[in-house]
Amino acid sequence: MSDLHTWVGLLLGWVLYAMFLTGTVSYFKDELSQWMRPELPAQSGVPDQAEVAQRVADELVALVPGSPQWSLRLTDARNNSVYAFWRTAGAAPGQRAFGEGNFDPTTGQKVSSRATLGGDFFYRFHFQFHYMPVVWGRWIAGIAAMFMLVAIVSGVITHKKIFVDFFTFRWGKGQRSWLDAHNALSVFGLPFHAMITYTGLVTLMALYMPWGQQAGIKTAAERQQLNAELSAFIQPGKPSGEAAPLASIEDMVRHAQERWGRDGVGRVTATHPGDAAARVAVARGDGGRVSMSPQYLEFEGTTGKLLAVHEGVGPAAETRGVLYALHLGRFSDTVTRWLYFLVSLAGTAMVGTGLVMWTVKRRQKLPDPARPHIGFHVVERLNIASIAGLSVAMAAFLWANRLLPETLADRANWEIHSFFIVWALTLLHGVLRPAKKAWVEQLWLATALLALLPVLNAATTQRPLWRSLADGDWVFIGMDLMCWALAALHAVLAVRTLRHQPKTRPARKPAPETVKQAVSKPANGAVLREG
Amino acid sequence: MTSVAGRVRSALDAWHGPLVSRIAAALFGGYALAALASVAVLALPMSTPQAVLTGQLASFVIYAAAVIWVFAVRSALRAWAGLLVVAAPLSLAAWSVW
Repeated sequence: MSDLHTWVGLLLGWVLYAMFLTGTVSYFKDELSQWMRPELPAQSGVPDQAEVAQRVADELVALVPGSPQWSLRLTDARNNSVYAFWRTAGAAPGQRAFGEGNFDPTTGQKVSSRATLGGDFFYRFHFQFHYMPVVWGRWIAGIAAMFMLVAIVSGVITHKKIFVDFFTFRWGKGQRSWLDAHNALSVFGLPFHAMITYTGLVTLMALYMPWGQQAGIKTAAERQQLNAELSAFIQPGKPSGEAAPLASIEDMVRHAQERWGRDGVGRVTATHPGDAAARVAVARGDGGRVSMSPQYLEFEGTTGKLLAVHEGVGPAAETRGVLYALHLGRFSDTVTRWLYFLVSLAGTAMVGTGLVMWTVKRRQKLPDPARPHIGFHVVERLNIASIAGLSVAMAAFLWANRLLPETLADRANWEIHSFFIVWALTLLHGVLRPAKKAWVEQLWLATALLALLPVLNAATTQRPLWRSLADGDWVFIGMDLMCWALAALHAVLAVRTLRHQPKTRPARKPAPETVKQAVSKPANGAVLREG
Repeated sequence: MTSVAGRVRSALDAWHGPLVSRIAAALFGGYALAALASVAVLALPMSTPQAVLTGQLASFVIYAAAVIWVFAVRSALRAWAGLLVVAAPLSLAAWSVW
């Protein structure tokens, strides 16, 4: 079982580390998106959702006439722009064409800010990566999550003395300390890690386990029934072909506000707007309820008449909704979100310490530490690029957001290319430099990039820290302070790595007690003997 | 008889047969079992959409449990046998609804 934990953890550990870290920062993806669009003014209060919805809906009617469907995610306490998503008209049957954009809530116009994917880049990278078909990325993420789940369960079985381990911490004892850190981080966040891994699989379960659906869902009506349990996206039926303008979206959203509160509306979706068969769904937002299951009001588009109230789904669908919501944490208030962030960061550190431990443990057993075998070499270099290098690359992404010219063609993508170019360079650097030097240099580089980011922000935008403080602009204040906190964290890691003296002679006790105990149990030893 | 079996066994041992067998059992056997269970749920007395979702939700527990089982038991043969014992009734249930 111990071997299972080691190999499963190592094989996909690098992928998991990247997923963990980008997922962790995604808890603040809306705030990151605000920071990356500094041209949009700070939001002093949530504007009235009904008015905003009407404004952007009017704009969309003009912008994408004849669209069979569009959907708006309204502004809330964490978003200062409306995200809209639409299907474009005239696509051949079976072929779908989509468009998307961000809109200014006060004018209804498309936002005039630098082109950027904002915090959505880390969010999407977290479960589908980049430069590959979305479905491939999601499968890789699913396989990694499944490995993680097995690593967690086998990790618990390996560490039978789990709570003793938690209170055992030995500083400055080389491998022992890494193991202790790994154990403490794992146990501290164990319920969270198990939850986040499982719920991660649940978010994409229809992709990973389609068989029940294929066996049981045979007709279009059944498929619609299943979809209705999962999302508030109403399916566009057939248009009548008879033109008729949409009724007041504002009134429909007002109706929903009476039900769910002033800021309780999440989305407005319209199908066949401009046609007599138009339908509008006003869906409840995620805030303040621990479920992502759909709750929405369905209106007749041309008259604004309430057709149906959807406020409950079946027990299995509700279970899924709760698990999904637990993963995304969008229900949370600021305090809960910070807790999510911190425990998730501990999870990132759990994966990171686990990866580092692999090399620390094996270095002691190397016959000639100056010339390690190729496998050790590969793991060591990949560790550097995937841990220290990722910090550098993520910071570089934010630098690119401030430094790339606003007129650059395909600018949003160039921000992303910058991230990957820098990441690749850290791998190259990790391969070319001696391992320890590479670690220290990259950690210092990450420290510098993070520490100077508020300075860069002050130099390139109208919103330096002193002004944010004066304006009470918490998104920008939080971002600047967070950069410094993370810079401090990287500086500590750099100093500790620099001072670290690896034990190069073979250790007296190659197998630490806990591992030895687990291995000596007959059931667990079987794998070792066979291997 | 025994010498042939012994020779086969040592040949298998040479290319880590039991370990490879276990890895296959965990990866593919585990997934197959989870997939089978997610279909078998449809035989339960509940509406189809609820059964589909229940099967999907439960499948990852089953997958993880199967992987742990495969590496916890004494031999690769037992691992496969255990998977098959569970798969048999699930197949019956799944066959009835497919």
